[in-house]
Amino acid sequence: MSAEKTENLSWIDKRFPLSETWRNHLSEYYAPKNLNFWSFFGSLAILTLVIQIVTGIWLAMSYKPDATLAFASVEYIMRDVDWGWLIRYMHSTGASMFFIVIYLHMFRGLLWGSYRKPRELLWMIGVVIYLVMMATAFFGYLLPWGQMSYWGAQVIVNLFAAVPVVGDDLSVWVRGDYVISDATLNRFFAFHFLLPFLLVGLVFLHIVALHHVGSNNPDGIEIKAGPKGNRWSDKAPADGIPFHPYYTVKDLMGVVVFLAIFSYIMFFNPTMGGMFLEAPNFQPANPMLTPPHIAPVWYFTPFYAMLRAVPPMYGSQFPGVVVMFAAILILFVLPWLDRSPVKSMRYKGPIFKIATAIFVVSFVALAWLGIQPASDLYTLLSQIFTVLYFAYFLLMPIYSSLDQTKPVPERVTS
Amino acid sequence: MRKLILATLLLLGPTTLLAAGGGVHLEQANIDLRDQASLQRGAKYFMNYCSGCHTLKYMRYNRLAKDLGIDEITLRQNLIFGDAKPGDLITNALRPEDGEKWFGAAVPDLTLEARLRSPDWIYTYLKSFYVDDTRPYGVNNVIFPLVGMPHVLGNLQGRQEAVMEPAHDPGAEPTIKGVKLVKQGSLSPQEYDTMVRDITNFLTYVGEPAQLERERLGRYVLLFLGFLFILAYMLKKEYWKDVH
Repeated sequence: MSAEKTENLSWIDKRFPLSETWRNHLSEYYAPKNLNFWSFFGSLAILTLVIQIVTGIWLAMSYKPDATLAFASVEYIMRDVDWGWLIRYMHSTGASMFFIVIYLHMFRGLLWGSYRKPRELLWMIGVVIYLVMMATAFFGYLLPWGQMSYWGAQVIVNLFAAVPVVGDDLSVWVRGDYVISDATLNRFFAFHFLLPFLLVGLVFLHIVALHHVGSNNPDGIEIKAGPKGNRWSDKAPADGIPFHPYYTVKDLMGVVVFLAIFSYIMFFNPTMGGMFLEAPNFQPANPMLTPPHIAPVWYFTPFYAMLRAVPPMYGSQFPGVVVMFAAILILFVLPWLDRSPVKSMRYKGPIFKIATAIFVVSFVALAWLGIQPASDLYTLLSQIFTVLYFAYFLLMPIYSSLDQTKPVPERVTS
Repeated sequence: MRKLILATLLLLGPTTLLAAGGGVHLEQANIDLRDQASLQRGAKYFMNYCSGCHTLKYMRYNRLAKDLGIDEITLRQNLIFGDAKPGDLITNALRPEDGEKWFGAAVPDLTLEARLRSPDWIYTYLKSFYVDDTRPYGVNNVIFPLVGMPHVLGNLQGRQEAVMEPAHDPGAEPTIKGVKLVKQGSLSPQEYDTMVRDITNFLTYVGEPAQLERERLGRYVLLFLGFLFILAYMLKKEYWKDVH
């Protein structure tokens, strides 16, 4: 480093901890050396959030949040704005890819026991991020003002009306009108623009918490509790390697593969067979014409299937709404439900592994059922899988303490 | 409000995504967006037979001309009717309320019809009109029952009648199995198929004008990412060789 450069840097460092931050969070942040494929999804989630924010701002430059203009402005972007089609497809593909990445990131947490002590708050901040992400996606889905946008929002906002006593007033308050209308579109646009920045803040907190407790790994072993001293420092964990350059170059590899999958969808199948962009949304919203089949976008369908699985009680859908939200909120208490003496799935016993397999099957099955039209058989299946979904969490204190675990090695395995 | 919730939840029921004619077999349109001659013919047919009632209100004349290789003189003389300018959106003089009065429903804009229903649907639809004296314009459609639109291409295609399948249960309505041509119009069936395919091709292009460009660009992007992966992989290998 030249003398001048060092001088500039020290000028900054006296006023802002630039070098210190770089060291603490990158060049001297020691991550376990045995991180595998599953650890890619953290950095990919940040990448996807950035893609969504950047493309979103560019879309907002041409989009018009007005019920009479919104649909046409999206087609204007697709046809008349330079590279508009690319920016729009990046954003629509990015939304689904964001959820895929986050679902895999959360599943990684399940596999490695990353919600366990001392990472309870890290996990809970993550669940808040997931909730805000869902809210952002929901608000955003109304903006193209197509038939599915309109009627999907209608169905979800009507859920608020199922709340006893205040329900009707609550749903009117959310919509700003008695039906989904221009007022609703305007406020949804405002929230869709705002929430991503809240997400950035939450991601910051998520990383602060992560770097405070240290990264987990496939073995679920605390490298900080192990022996000290590696090539870079006497005090650093022996099984840790600097995040930069080791994991920056490794994540770069993951990023390229991810972008290739992303690009393949975006350039060759942007509607993903009607999953990422639904065909009825190519028709402008028409409050007088209900589409024959309303289904939310795929990333909401597991919870939607649960909503439909619960029969109305006393003529109210409220129990279904409670179950649907409980399915997400139960994630908050997961750190205290798992009583297993070991963290990682590698060393957990057969009962926990089978329970997790059933849970994954239930979640995927619910996602599929949420897209299908309701029938007696599908409702029954949805009920069974909803029970299995909750049983995974509610019975966890019992089966996790009964399970025969395997001995955990002293050091990470590679 | 409760009723509205219940009604909304009940609406989650029924099956098909495509409003009219679920379960009906669609014929394959076999279109080719690279066939510019077909697209040009499709544009000509659309402007001559469809644009009187149907708009393409998100599409501009000059964009279409540029993509389809039509020069401005040809565009002005053959495709633009009335006093529209090349930079204008493709609209017409039909007022929505008149459309409702004359056809029983507002005439839909067709810019996104191919994306909403699929090219195969459009192709099959244009081949599925049959004579039905109970309808205001004397025709009905197999995949769009009770359609309000007359068979605009009827003189070209000729007269088609429905082929009925006898009802299985006594008292049930007979169902339509298909259509058959009973009197040929001014075009042979092959010529008519080609014409309908050209229109379908054109409407598919109009649904997403950037489609060819998207796929062309995508190849380069994937090729680039393929090379970048090799570099990223080698970089990772190099850095990680001292980690054991």
